[in-house]
Amino acid sequence: MIAQAFAARRAEGRAALVPYVTAGYPDRGSTVEVLEALADAGADVIELGVPFSDPLADGPTIQTSSFVSLGNGTTVAGVLEDLTAFRARRDTPVVLFTYLNPVIRYGPTAFLEDAVKAGAQGLLLTDLPTGADPVLEAEVIASPLDLVRLVAPTTPLSRVPAVAAGGSGFLYYISRTGVTGARTELRGELSKEVRAIRKAQDLPVAVGFGISSPEQAAFVASLADGVVVGSALVRILGESGVQAGADFVASLREAMDA
Amino acid sequence: MTAPTVADRRFGVFGGRYVPETLIQALDELTEAYAAAGTDPEFRSELAGLLADFAGRPTPLYHAQRLGEVIGHDSIYLKREDLNHTGAHKINNTLGQGLLAKRMGKRRIIAETGAGQHGVATATACALFDLECVVYMGEEDVERQALNVYRMELLGAEVRPVGSGTRTLKDATNEAIRDWVTNVEDTHYIIGSVVGPDPFPRMVRDFQAVIGREARQQLLDVAGRLPRVVVACVGGGSNAIGIFHEFVPDDGVELVGVEAGGAGLESGRHSASLAAGSPGVLHGSLSYLLQDSDGQVAPAHSVSAGLDYPGVGPEHSFLKDSRRARYTYVTDDEALDAFHRLSELEGIIPALESAHAVAHVLRHGPEYDGPIVVCLSGRGDKDVAHVARLEGRGSLL
Repeated sequence: MIAQAFAARRAEGRAALVPYVTAGYPDRGSTVEVLEALADAGADVIELGVPFSDPLADGPTIQTSSFVSLGNGTTVAGVLEDLTAFRARRDTPVVLFTYLNPVIRYGPTAFLEDAVKAGAQGLLLTDLPTGADPVLEAEVIASPLDLVRLVAPTTPLSRVPAVAAGGSGFLYYISRTGVTGARTELRGELSKEVRAIRKAQDLPVAVGFGISSPEQAAFVASLADGVVVGSALVRILGESGVQAGADFVASLREAMDA
Repeated sequence: MTAPTVADRRFGVFGGRYVPETLIQALDELTEAYAAAGTDPEFRSELAGLLADFAGRPTPLYHAQRLGEVIGHDSIYLKREDLNHTGAHKINNTLGQGLLAKRMGKRRIIAETGAGQHGVATATACALFDLECVVYMGEEDVERQALNVYRMELLGAEVRPVGSGTRTLKDATNEAIRDWVTNVEDTHYIIGSVVGPDPFPRMVRDFQAVIGREARQQLLDVAGRLPRVVVACVGGGSNAIGIFHEFVPDDGVELVGVEAGGAGLESGRHSASLAAGSPGVLHGSLSYLLQDSDGQVAPAHSVSAGLDYPGVGPEHSFLKDSRRARYTYVTDDEALDAFHRLSELEGIIPALESAHAVAHVLRHGPEYDGPIVVCLSGRGDKDVAHVARLEGRGSLL
C-alpha cells in the first residue's frame, strides 16, 4: 500500500507527502483527530510516532512531544487502539515510527500481529540499522508490514543496496547528519546525493530531517519521490492546534504540487 | 580484514549495535582503527608509557589490616585505583581512547559524565593531547558535583548541562549521542563505561583490564595465591569489568558486582539493573535495563551520581546469566556508612561509588575463606561536600 501510494504520485509526476506526528500529542485524545486532519490535508503516507522515554535520534521538538505524550499516559497498546479507530475512517497508509525497546518489551511477534490488525502498513525502528539484528529484521520483513529503512549522509554508497534490500515501501534519506528538527537551510549536496541513492537501488526515496517550509518541501519534491516533514508540524500542532497543523500540511501539499 | 559478524559484536545475546544509521560508518571506522591500534607496538608502548608516567600506574594493592581486624578477616586488599591521576580508574580508558582519537584524526572529543570522574579524566586526556573537549552532564549532577564541573573547565573543557528527562547520567548520554550523530565526521565520542554500541563495551574493557592484570600479579606476589573473591561496584560497570576480566578464567575466584540499591529495591528508587531489571535496548546495546511494562526506561536513583544509571554494560549481563559473576546490591545508607568506616579505619576516603563495594565487604567479608580483593575505583574528595550536605553539615562548606 505504501509502495502504491508513492507509485500513484509518481505517475502524476509528483512527490508523496509524508507527515510525522507523535501519538498522544498534544493530548492523549487528539491522535485520531490529528491523523484524519493530515489525511484530509493531502498526506500520502503518515508516520505515527510511538513515544519512547529516550529518543536519542530526535531533536528538542520531538523529544518534548514524546515526553508530553508519555506524561499524558500514552502506551503502545493505546497507540494501536487509536490507529484502529483511524483506520475505520480513512485509508491513508500509516508507518509506525519508534525505537526498539517498546517493541521488544511488547514482544516483537505480538507487536507485529497487533500492528497489522490495527491497520499499520509499515514500521520504522530508528535504532535498528540494517544488519544489527538479523533474526528480528527477518521477522519484520516476513510480516505484512513494510520495514522502512534509513540511509544517512554518512552511509557509504556501497552499503545502500544492502540497506534497500532489507527494506520495503520506501527508503528514508536523512538529509543531514544530526537529530530530527526543523532547519532553515538544506545542504547543497542534497540533490546529488538523492540522485546517487535512487540510482543505487529501486525503492522510492523520501527525504526528511529539517524540512520546515513549503519552499523547502517543493524543492525536495523536485528531486525525491517523497518529502517527510516532522518537527515543524509537531511544533505547530503543539503551539496552535490541529487546524493549524492541517493548514500547514495543506500548504506543503500545494507547494509540492505547484 | 574480514568484517566482524554479529556474533563477535556481542557477549552471548547481549550487546550489539542498536544505533541510528548515521553512526554505522563511524562505528565501522572505530572498530577498524581499534583493531589496528591493538596490534601496533607503537600504540601499545605509547599508552603504557602514559599509564606509567602520567597516570601513575601500577596502582598499589594495599592490605587493609584495620578494616580486616574490625570485621574479622585477615586478608582484605584494596586495589588503589583512587591513586591514579585524576583520582579514579577512568583515566585508564580516556588515555587509551584519546590516543586512538588522535590516530583517527578526530579533533573534537565529546563525553558524558555522571559523578564527573569520567568527565575530568576526558578533559585531562584532551588537555594532554590538545583536543577540543565537550562534556555532557545532567543538571542534577552538575549540582551534586560542582567541584568536578569547575575541574573540567579548568582543564579547558566545556561542560554542557543537560536539563531533559531525568537530568542525570542517562540523559547526559542521550545528549552526547545526539551530538555524535550530528558531528560524527570530526568527533570521537569517549564513552566512559563498558556500555554503548560495539566496539565500545569491549574496547573500554580492554583499556580497563590493566586493573585486574596488575591486581592478580600483585596478590600472587604478596600472598602467593589467587583471591577467593574480587568485589567491585557496578553502575555501567567499567571498573568491575576492568578488575574481573583477568580473573574470568580462574574458576576458583568468585566475582561479585555490587549495584546501587538506593533506598531499597522494594522502594523502586535504586539503580540495580542486574538485580531488578530485564533485558532491553538503551544507548546502543541489549542489556539488563530498568524499565516499565511498556518498555519505557525507568528512572534510576543512587546517592552516588556515578552509579545512577538504569542500564549496565552488556558483558555484565552475560556474566550474570552465565553465572560466572554474581551481582548483589547495597543501599544508600550502607554505602554512606562504608564511606565513613573506610575513612576512619584506613585513612582512605573512598568515592561513594567505591563505597558500595566496601559496604559489601563490611557485611559479608567474614563469609569468604580467603583473600578478598576490592576495587577501590576512586577517591571520595568529590563527594565530601555532597555527603556533608546530606548530613546537615552543608553550612561548613
